[in-house]
Amino acid sequence: MLIAASTPTGALVMVTAVFLASAVEMVEALTIVLAVGVTRGWRSALEGVAAALAVLAVLVLALGPALVHYVPLSALRLVVGTLLLVFGLQWLRKAVLRASGLKARHDEDAIYAEQVAGLSGSPPAVGRDATAFAVAFKGVFLEGLEVVVIVITLGSTSHRLGLAALAAAVAVVVVAAVGVVVHRQLSGVPENAMKMGVGLMLVSFGTFWSAEGVHVSWPGNDLAVPVLVAWYGMIAWLLVLALGHHARAPMGRPVPTVEPSRD
Amino acid sequence: MIDGQPVNAGSTARRWMVTFGRFWWEFLVGDTPELLIGVVAVVGVLAVICLRPGLRTAAAFVGPVLVAGVLTLSVRRAVRRSR
Repeated sequence: MLIAASTPTGALVMVTAVFLASAVEMVEALTIVLAVGVTRGWRSALEGVAAALAVLAVLVLALGPALVHYVPLSALRLVVGTLLLVFGLQWLRKAVLRASGLKARHDEDAIYAEQVAGLSGSPPAVGRDATAFAVAFKGVFLEGLEVVVIVITLGSTSHRLGLAALAAAVAVVVVAAVGVVVHRQLSGVPENAMKMGVGLMLVSFGTFWSAEGVHVSWPGNDLAVPVLVAWYGMIAWLLVLALGHHARAPMGRPVPTVEPSRD
Repeated sequence: MIDGQPVNAGSTARRWMVTFGRFWWEFLVGDTPELLIGVVAVVGVLAVICLRPGLRTAAAFVGPVLVAGVLTLSVRRAVRRSR
């Protein structure tokens, strides 16, 4: 049996999933870092970013190759596939609720304003600013941790850890470069649509690998992955359509959302 | 010594483990335990089906349908909780 992502089609879906997931998480991290830099100063904020990226890189370097070399592939597929399926369903569930208006959409402008208000309370420290460092570190680390999970799971199971890490690194660089150029939070990025796409791909890979782990035989081998993406895309679309009327009042005005958006 | 009390290394380690475990539980499961339970159930059903080699291709069609069911149930749970 071939491994998903061992063919150009599987690899393309894997790289796309990692790139989109990394980009969307880094947009969220960038919003926090910009708020910290503008209100508390850039030196400590950038030190916090560098420290978080270093810890995340160590996690990938420590866990990724260990999983590839020491865990049998069938066990890796089963455990990682199950983990990826749970993780992907969480993303997809939130995306469906957001698209149908039942969950507040991610709003970078509101998050930026909230961060600035919270950080403006006390004056910046002279020299190193522990608050700026901690907030920037936490923002980048927590957003990046989801990327690390995705890179390790997708990369190790497909035996393309280097490619997955590269896709994530490119996304980080692209988002950082765009952030420097426009010098503001990237509220124009279609985050909710990107999260829907990432959720679809994670659920598809999760289904594929967890099923392979229990010896399911996929017709078409790797080609089943894009078919799964299409299948789950249709299910998500039907759910959004079905839930659409729940989110609208009689006059067509949206009712209050059921869940706030924190992520 | 913390506040004049000797530090118990065992309880510190236990507390650290609990905090560590709670962080990962919140990170991976959070307020949607039905997704974890549903996915484990789906994988279990597929494993049982695949005990018969002749049904391994059929299981490829059953799995995505069951996963879609888990997603639908979780979304419905979110809607119910909103009422």
